[in-house]
Amino acid sequence: MNVQRGVELVVGLFVLAGIAALMVMALQWSNFGSSRVAGYEVTARFDNVGGLTVKSPVKLAGLTIGRVDSIEIHAETFQAEVRMVIDDQYDNLPTDSFANIYTSGLLGSQYVEISPGGALESLEDGDRITMTQSAIILESMVSKFLFDKAKE
Amino acid sequence: MNAVLNSIARLGRSVLDGAQHAGSMALFAIELAWVLIPTWSRPRDILQQVYAAGVLSLVIILVAGGFVGLVLGLQGYNILSNFNATESLGVMVALSLVRELGPVVAALLFAGRAGSAITAEIALMKTTEQLAALEMMAVDPMRRVIGPRFWGAMISVPLLAAMFSLVGIVGGYLIGVVVLGVDGSSYWGQIHEQMEAWDDVGGGAIKSLAFGAVIALISVYEGCRAEPTASGMARATTQTVVLSSLAVLGLDFVMTAFMFGA
Repeated sequence: MNVQRGVELVVGLFVLAGIAALMVMALQWSNFGSSRVAGYEVTARFDNVGGLTVKSPVKLAGLTIGRVDSIEIHAETFQAEVRMVIDDQYDNLPTDSFANIYTSGLLGSQYVEISPGGALESLEDGDRITMTQSAIILESMVSKFLFDKAKE
Repeated sequence: MNAVLNSIARLGRSVLDGAQHAGSMALFAIELAWVLIPTWSRPRDILQQVYAAGVLSLVIILVAGGFVGLVLGLQGYNILSNFNATESLGVMVALSLVRELGPVVAALLFAGRAGSAITAEIALMKTTEQLAALEMMAVDPMRRVIGPRFWGAMISVPLLAAMFSLVGIVGGYLIGVVVLGVDGSSYWGQIHEQMEAWDDVGGGAIKSLAFGAVIALISVYEGCRAEPTASGMARATTQTVVLSSLAVLGLDFVMTAFMFGA
Protein backbone atom coordinates (compact mmCIF):
# COMPACT_ATOMS: atom_id res chain seq x y z
CA MET A 1 0.00 0.00 0.00
CA ASN A 2 1.68 3.18 -1.11
CA VAL A 3 1.56 6.57 0.55
CA GLN A 4 -0.81 8.13 -1.96
CA ARG A 5 -3.35 5.40 -1.36
CA GLY A 6 -3.06 5.91 2.40
CA VAL A 7 -3.76 9.62 1.97
CA GLU A 8 -6.73 8.85 -0.24
CA LEU A 9 -8.14 6.48 2.33
CA VAL A 10 -7.73 8.94 5.19
CA VAL A 11 -9.31 11.76 3.20
CA GLY A 12 -12.20 9.49 2.26
CA LEU A 13 -12.73 8.62 5.91
CA PHE A 14 -12.49 12.30 6.86
CA VAL A 15 -15.16 13.32 4.36
CA LEU A 16 -17.41 10.44 5.41
CA ALA A 17 -16.99 11.30 9.09
CA GLY A 18 -17.85 14.95 8.44
CA ILE A 19 -20.95 14.10 6.45
CA ALA A 20 -21.95 11.49 9.02
CA ALA A 21 -21.63 14.06 11.81
CA LEU A 22 -23.91 16.43 9.91
CA MET A 23 -26.41 13.69 9.13
CA VAL A 24 -26.52 12.41 12.71
CA MET A 25 -27.28 15.91 13.97
CA ALA A 26 -29.75 16.73 11.20
CA LEU A 27 -31.64 13.46 11.01
CA GLN A 28 -31.20 11.66 14.33
CA TRP A 29 -30.87 14.33 16.97
CA SER A 30 -33.08 17.06 15.58
CA ASN A 31 -36.85 16.88 15.40
CA PHE A 32 -36.61 15.91 11.75
CA GLY A 33 -39.64 13.83 10.90
CA SER A 34 -40.99 13.88 14.42
CA SER A 35 -42.71 17.22 13.78
CA ARG A 36 -45.02 15.28 11.48
CA VAL A 37 -45.79 12.41 13.75
CA ALA A 38 -47.44 9.44 12.19
CA GLY A 39 -50.88 9.99 13.57
CA TYR A 40 -54.39 11.11 12.96
CA GLU A 41 -55.68 14.64 12.63
CA VAL A 42 -58.20 16.24 14.92
CA THR A 43 -59.42 19.84 14.80
CA ALA A 44 -60.77 22.09 17.49
CA ARG A 45 -62.06 25.65 17.37
CA PHE A 46 -61.10 28.11 20.05
CA ASP A 47 -62.31 31.67 20.67
CA ASN A 48 -58.76 32.66 21.49
CA VAL A 49 -55.61 30.60 21.16
CA GLY A 50 -53.43 33.04 23.09
CA GLY A 51 -49.78 32.16 22.57
CA LEU A 52 -50.37 28.73 21.06
CA THR A 53 -48.14 28.15 18.05
CA VAL A 54 -47.56 25.51 15.40
CA LYS A 55 -45.65 22.59 17.00
CA SER A 56 -46.95 23.33 20.48
CA PRO A 57 -47.48 20.04 22.28
CA VAL A 58 -50.83 18.32 22.69
CA LYS A 59 -50.95 16.64 26.07
CA LEU A 60 -53.02 14.03 27.80
CA ALA A 61 -52.66 13.84 31.57
CA GLY A 62 -49.52 15.94 31.22
CA LEU A 63 -47.81 13.66 28.71
CA THR A 64 -47.19 14.79 25.13
CA ILE A 65 -49.29 12.75 22.72
CA GLY A 66 -49.19 14.99 19.65
CA ARG A 67 -48.41 18.36 18.10
CA VAL A 68 -50.29 21.36 16.79
CA ASP A 69 -50.02 21.18 13.02
CA SER A 70 -51.64 24.42 11.92
CA ILE A 71 -53.70 27.30 13.26
CA GLU A 72 -56.07 29.15 10.96
CA ILE A 73 -59.06 31.44 11.22
CA HIS A 74 -62.30 29.66 10.47
CA ALA A 75 -64.02 31.95 7.98
CA GLU A 76 -67.61 31.64 9.26
CA THR A 77 -67.26 31.55 13.01
CA PHE A 78 -64.21 33.85 13.28
CA GLN A 79 -62.73 31.34 15.66
CA ALA A 80 -59.22 29.95 15.47
CA GLU A 81 -59.24 26.46 14.02
CA VAL A 82 -56.39 24.42 15.47
CA ARG A 83 -55.42 21.26 13.62
CA MET A 84 -53.56 18.74 15.76
CA VAL A 85 -51.80 15.53 14.88
CA ILE A 86 -52.12 12.90 17.60
CA ASP A 87 -50.00 9.79 17.76
CA ASP A 88 -51.76 6.66 16.44
CA GLN A 89 -50.94 4.97 19.70
CA TYR A 90 -53.65 7.04 21.40
CA ASP A 91 -56.54 6.24 19.08
CA ASN A 92 -59.09 5.58 21.78
CA LEU A 93 -59.83 9.15 22.92
CA PRO A 94 -63.61 9.52 23.45
CA THR A 95 -65.50 11.79 21.00
CA ASP A 96 -66.72 14.03 23.80
CA SER A 97 -63.23 14.87 25.00
CA PHE A 98 -62.53 18.40 26.06
CA ALA A 99 -59.70 20.56 24.66
CA ASN A 100 -58.21 23.29 26.87
CA ILE A 101 -55.37 25.66 26.24
CA TYR A 102 -53.11 25.80 29.27
CA THR A 103 -49.84 27.44 30.08
CA SER A 104 -46.93 25.45 31.42
CA GLY A 105 -45.69 27.34 34.45
CA LEU A 106 -46.68 30.93 35.08
CA LEU A 107 -45.04 32.41 32.00
CA GLY A 108 -44.19 29.29 30.03
CA SER A 109 -45.29 28.23 26.57
CA GLN A 110 -48.85 27.18 25.91
CA TYR A 111 -50.18 23.76 25.02
CA VAL A 112 -53.42 21.93 24.33
CA GLU A 113 -54.54 19.62 27.09
CA ILE A 114 -57.07 16.96 26.18
CA SER A 115 -59.41 15.89 28.95
CA PRO A 116 -61.08 12.62 27.98
CA GLY A 117 -64.87 12.42 28.13
CA GLY A 118 -67.05 9.41 28.68
CA ALA A 119 -68.38 8.55 25.21
CA LEU A 120 -67.93 5.02 23.89
CA GLU A 121 -66.98 6.02 20.34
CA SER A 122 -63.46 7.32 19.88
CA LEU A 123 -62.10 10.23 17.85
CA GLU A 124 -60.99 9.44 14.33
CA ASP A 125 -58.98 11.14 11.61
CA GLY A 126 -60.65 14.44 10.61
CA ASP A 127 -62.97 14.64 13.62
CA ARG A 128 -63.57 17.84 15.50
CA ILE A 129 -63.47 18.33 19.22
CA THR A 130 -66.48 20.52 19.90
CA MET A 131 -65.93 21.31 23.54
CA THR A 132 -63.07 23.73 23.97
CA GLN A 133 -61.87 26.30 26.40
CA SER A 134 -59.79 29.22 25.23
CA ALA A 135 -56.47 30.35 26.49
CA ILE A 136 -56.69 32.39 29.63
CA ILE A 137 -55.60 35.93 28.90
CA LEU A 138 -54.11 37.47 31.98
CA GLU A 139 -55.21 41.03 31.14
CA SER A 140 -58.85 40.11 30.68
CA MET A 141 -58.81 38.18 33.91
CA VAL A 142 -57.31 41.09 35.80
CA SER A 143 -59.74 43.60 34.30
CA LYS A 144 -62.69 41.32 35.08
CA PHE A 145 -61.51 40.99 38.64
CA LEU A 146 -61.13 44.75 39.02
CA PHE A 147 -64.53 45.35 37.41
CA ASP A 148 -66.21 42.97 39.83
CA LYS A 149 -64.46 44.60 42.75
CA ALA A 150 -65.62 48.03 41.62
CA LYS A 151 -69.24 46.83 41.50
CA GLU A 152 -69.22 45.76 45.12
CA MET B 1 -2.96 73.73 10.35
CA ASN B 2 -0.62 71.63 8.34
CA ALA B 3 -0.65 68.89 10.97
CA VAL B 4 -4.44 68.67 10.76
CA LEU B 5 -4.31 68.47 6.97
CA ASN B 6 -1.66 65.78 7.18
CA SER B 7 -3.67 63.62 9.52
CA ILE B 8 -6.75 64.00 7.32
CA ALA B 9 -4.63 63.02 4.32
CA ARG B 10 -3.33 59.99 6.21
CA LEU B 11 -6.91 58.94 6.96
CA GLY B 12 -7.79 59.35 3.30
CA ARG B 13 -4.78 57.31 2.24
CA SER B 14 -5.65 54.43 4.53
CA VAL B 15 -9.24 54.41 3.22
CA LEU B 16 -7.92 54.37 -0.34
CA ASP B 17 -5.49 51.57 0.54
CA GLY B 18 -8.29 49.56 2.06
CA ALA B 19 -10.46 50.09 -0.99
CA GLN B 20 -7.63 49.07 -3.25
CA HIS B 21 -7.03 45.95 -1.17
CA ALA B 22 -10.70 45.01 -1.36
CA GLY B 23 -10.82 45.72 -5.08
CA SER B 24 -7.78 43.65 -5.92
CA MET B 25 -9.13 40.82 -3.78
CA ALA B 26 -12.39 40.96 -5.71
CA LEU B 27 -10.51 40.85 -9.02
CA PHE B 28 -8.48 37.94 -7.71
CA ALA B 29 -11.71 36.17 -6.69
CA ILE B 30 -13.10 36.55 -10.21
CA GLU B 31 -9.87 35.22 -11.69
CA LEU B 32 -9.99 32.31 -9.24
CA ALA B 33 -13.65 31.58 -10.00
CA TRP B 34 -12.70 30.87 -13.62
CA VAL B 35 -10.38 28.04 -12.64
CA LEU B 36 -12.47 26.51 -9.86
CA ILE B 37 -14.27 24.02 -12.09
CA PRO B 38 -11.24 23.15 -14.30
CA THR B 39 -9.29 22.44 -11.09
CA TRP B 40 -11.43 19.32 -10.68
CA SER B 41 -9.75 17.81 -13.74
CA ARG B 42 -6.99 16.82 -11.29
CA PRO B 43 -8.91 15.62 -8.23
CA ARG B 44 -5.72 14.16 -6.72
CA ASP B 45 -4.38 17.68 -6.13
CA ILE B 46 -7.54 18.64 -4.27
CA LEU B 47 -7.46 15.43 -2.26
CA GLN B 48 -3.92 16.16 -1.17
CA GLN B 49 -5.02 19.61 0.03
CA VAL B 50 -8.04 18.25 1.89
CA TYR B 51 -5.57 16.03 3.68
CA ALA B 52 -3.17 18.86 4.50
CA ALA B 53 -5.83 21.37 5.53
CA GLY B 54 -8.62 19.18 6.86
CA VAL B 55 -7.37 15.85 8.14
CA LEU B 56 -4.36 17.36 9.85
CA SER B 57 -6.62 19.91 11.60
CA LEU B 58 -8.80 17.17 13.02
CA VAL B 59 -6.97 16.83 16.31
CA ILE B 60 -7.16 20.50 17.28
CA ILE B 61 -10.78 20.74 16.14
CA LEU B 62 -11.94 17.65 18.03
CA VAL B 63 -10.07 18.51 21.22
CA ALA B 64 -11.30 22.11 21.13
CA GLY B 65 -14.85 20.95 20.41
CA GLY B 66 -14.76 18.59 23.35
CA PHE B 67 -13.57 21.27 25.72
CA VAL B 68 -16.06 23.86 24.47
CA GLY B 69 -18.82 21.31 25.06
CA LEU B 70 -17.56 20.58 28.56
CA VAL B 71 -17.43 24.27 29.45
CA LEU B 72 -20.88 24.93 27.97
CA GLY B 73 -22.22 22.02 30.00
CA LEU B 74 -20.75 23.35 33.23
CA GLN B 75 -21.74 26.98 32.72
CA GLY B 76 -25.16 26.09 31.38
CA TYR B 77 -25.80 23.82 34.35
CA ASN B 78 -24.91 26.59 36.79
CA ILE B 79 -27.19 29.11 35.13
CA LEU B 80 -30.07 26.77 34.41
CA SER B 81 -30.11 25.36 37.93
CA ASN B 82 -31.04 28.87 39.12
CA PHE B 83 -34.29 28.47 37.21
CA ASN B 84 -34.73 24.78 38.00
CA ALA B 85 -34.45 24.12 34.29
CA THR B 86 -31.44 21.83 34.05
CA GLU B 87 -33.41 19.48 31.77
CA SER B 88 -32.96 22.14 29.10
CA LEU B 89 -29.18 21.80 29.33
CA GLY B 90 -29.07 19.56 26.26
CA VAL B 91 -30.93 21.89 23.98
CA MET B 92 -28.95 24.88 25.23
CA VAL B 93 -25.63 23.18 24.54
CA ALA B 94 -26.77 21.74 21.22
CA LEU B 95 -28.28 24.92 19.83
CA SER B 96 -25.37 27.14 20.84
CA LEU B 97 -22.95 24.69 19.24
CA VAL B 98 -24.87 23.93 16.08
CA ARG B 99 -25.95 27.48 15.34
CA GLU B 100 -22.98 29.53 16.47
CA LEU B 101 -19.99 28.06 18.22
CA GLY B 102 -19.46 25.10 15.90
CA PRO B 103 -19.19 27.07 12.67
CA VAL B 104 -17.46 30.13 14.19
CA VAL B 105 -14.92 28.54 16.51
CA ALA B 106 -14.06 25.80 14.02
CA ALA B 107 -13.53 28.49 11.37
CA LEU B 108 -11.33 30.59 13.67
CA LEU B 109 -9.21 27.58 14.62
CA PHE B 110 -8.99 26.55 11.00
CA ALA B 111 -7.82 30.02 9.96
CA GLY B 112 -5.05 29.84 12.53
CA ARG B 113 -4.06 26.25 11.90
CA ALA B 114 -4.49 25.77 8.15
CA GLY B 115 -5.22 29.18 6.60
CA SER B 116 -1.89 30.57 7.74
CA ALA B 117 -0.13 27.45 6.46
CA ILE B 118 -1.68 27.86 3.03
CA THR B 119 -0.62 31.50 2.90
CA ALA B 120 2.92 30.69 4.02
CA GLU B 121 3.25 27.90 1.47
CA ILE B 122 2.08 30.00 -1.46
CA ALA B 123 4.11 33.00 -0.32
CA LEU B 124 7.25 30.88 -0.07
CA MET B 125 6.60 29.46 -3.54
CA LYS B 126 6.34 33.00 -4.78
CA THR B 127 9.45 34.14 -2.92
CA THR B 128 11.54 31.30 -4.32
CA GLU B 129 10.05 31.95 -7.76
CA GLN B 130 8.46 28.53 -8.04
CA LEU B 131 5.24 30.09 -9.28
CA ALA B 132 7.16 31.98 -11.98
CA ALA B 133 8.92 28.74 -12.91
CA LEU B 134 5.59 26.96 -13.31
CA GLU B 135 4.43 29.74 -15.59
CA MET B 136 7.63 29.38 -17.62
CA MET B 137 6.70 25.74 -18.16
CA ALA B 138 3.26 26.82 -19.36
CA VAL B 139 1.62 25.40 -16.23
CA ASP B 140 -1.03 27.73 -14.87
CA PRO B 141 -0.22 28.18 -11.14
CA MET B 142 -3.78 29.36 -10.58
CA ARG B 143 -5.02 25.97 -11.66
CA ARG B 144 -2.32 23.73 -10.21
CA VAL B 145 -1.37 25.50 -6.98
CA ILE B 146 -4.04 27.94 -5.93
CA GLY B 147 -7.24 26.26 -7.07
CA PRO B 148 -6.61 22.99 -5.21
CA ARG B 149 -5.70 24.85 -2.02
CA PHE B 150 -8.88 26.89 -2.24
CA TRP B 151 -10.96 23.75 -2.66
CA GLY B 152 -9.11 21.93 0.10
CA ALA B 153 -9.97 24.64 2.63
CA MET B 154 -13.47 25.16 1.31
CA ILE B 155 -14.32 21.44 1.62
CA SER B 156 -12.68 20.97 5.01
CA VAL B 157 -14.29 23.77 7.00
CA PRO B 158 -17.94 22.60 6.93
CA LEU B 159 -16.90 19.02 7.70
CA LEU B 160 -14.72 20.13 10.59
CA ALA B 161 -17.46 22.40 11.93
CA ALA B 162 -19.96 19.54 11.92
CA MET B 163 -17.56 17.29 13.81
CA PHE B 164 -16.80 20.11 16.24
CA SER B 165 -20.49 20.50 17.10
CA LEU B 166 -21.01 16.76 17.42
CA VAL B 167 -18.08 16.30 19.77
CA GLY B 168 -19.19 19.36 21.74
CA ILE B 169 -22.68 17.99 22.28
CA VAL B 170 -21.18 14.71 23.50
CA GLY B 171 -18.88 16.73 25.80
CA GLY B 172 -21.89 18.56 27.23
CA TYR B 173 -23.52 15.18 27.79
CA LEU B 174 -20.46 13.91 29.64
CA ILE B 175 -20.30 16.80 32.06
CA GLY B 176 -24.04 17.35 32.41
CA VAL B 177 -25.37 13.83 32.58
CA VAL B 178 -22.46 11.70 33.71
CA VAL B 179 -20.84 14.11 36.15
CA LEU B 180 -23.56 16.51 37.30
CA GLY B 181 -26.46 14.12 37.17
CA VAL B 182 -28.88 15.78 34.73
CA ASP B 183 -31.43 13.27 33.48
CA GLY B 184 -29.95 11.69 30.37
CA SER B 185 -33.17 11.07 28.51
CA SER B 186 -34.30 14.66 28.97
CA TYR B 187 -30.90 15.87 27.73
CA TRP B 188 -31.46 14.07 24.43
CA GLY B 189 -35.23 14.46 24.52
CA GLN B 190 -35.08 18.25 24.68
CA ILE B 191 -32.58 18.35 21.83
CA HIS B 192 -34.80 16.04 19.86
CA GLU B 193 -37.82 18.19 20.54
CA GLN B 194 -36.38 21.60 19.82
CA MET B 195 -33.54 21.33 17.32
CA GLU B 196 -34.74 21.86 13.75
CA ALA B 197 -33.06 19.89 11.00
CA TRP B 198 -33.25 22.68 8.43
CA ASP B 199 -33.19 25.87 10.43
CA ASP B 200 -30.57 24.92 12.99
CA VAL B 201 -28.37 22.17 11.58
CA GLY B 202 -28.80 23.34 7.98
CA GLY B 203 -28.32 26.98 8.94
CA GLY B 204 -25.11 26.12 10.75
CA ALA B 205 -23.88 24.15 7.74
CA ILE B 206 -24.59 27.06 5.39
CA LYS B 207 -22.71 29.39 7.72
CA SER B 208 -19.66 27.16 7.87
CA LEU B 209 -19.73 26.76 4.09
CA ALA B 210 -19.60 30.54 3.73
CA PHE B 211 -16.83 30.79 6.34
CA GLY B 212 -14.86 28.12 4.48
CA ALA B 213 -15.09 30.07 1.23
CA VAL B 214 -14.04 33.32 2.90
CA ILE B 215 -11.07 31.79 4.73
CA ALA B 216 -9.96 29.92 1.62
CA LEU B 217 -10.12 33.07 -0.51
CA ILE B 218 -8.25 35.22 2.02
CA SER B 219 -5.56 32.56 2.57
CA VAL B 220 -4.69 32.08 -1.08
CA TYR B 221 -5.02 35.77 -1.90
CA GLU B 222 -2.67 36.86 0.88
CA GLY B 223 -0.19 34.22 -0.23
CA CYS B 224 -0.26 35.44 -3.81
CA ARG B 225 0.17 39.12 -3.08
CA ALA B 226 2.80 38.66 -0.34
CA GLU B 227 5.96 40.69 -0.78
CA PRO B 228 8.62 38.19 -1.85
CA THR B 229 10.75 38.70 1.25
CA ALA B 230 11.00 37.04 4.65
CA SER B 231 9.19 39.89 6.39
CA GLY B 232 6.63 40.02 3.58
CA MET B 233 5.80 36.37 4.23
CA ALA B 234 5.47 37.01 7.94
CA ARG B 235 3.13 39.92 7.27
CA ALA B 236 1.07 37.85 4.86
CA THR B 237 0.48 35.01 7.34
CA THR B 238 -0.45 37.47 10.08
CA GLN B 239 -2.75 39.25 7.70
CA THR B 240 -4.48 35.97 6.83
CA VAL B 241 -5.27 35.15 10.43
CA VAL B 242 -6.39 38.69 11.29
CA LEU B 243 -8.48 39.22 8.17
CA SER B 244 -10.09 35.77 8.23
CA SER B 245 -10.99 36.05 11.89
CA LEU B 246 -12.57 39.46 11.41
CA ALA B 247 -14.31 38.38 8.23
CA VAL B 248 -15.72 35.26 9.90
CA LEU B 249 -17.03 37.17 12.90
CA GLY B 250 -18.47 39.99 10.80
CA LEU B 251 -20.06 37.62 8.31
CA ASP B 252 -21.42 35.58 11.19
CA PHE B 253 -23.29 38.58 12.52
CA VAL B 254 -24.77 39.38 9.12
CA MET B 255 -25.78 35.77 8.42
CA THR B 256 -27.24 35.32 11.89
CA ALA B 257 -29.27 38.50 11.47
CA PHE B 258 -30.67 37.14 8.22
CA MET B 259 -31.20 33.51 9.25
CA PHE B 260 -32.22 33.65 12.89
CA GLY B 261 -33.08 37.31 13.44
CA ALA B 262 -36.66 38.58 13.72
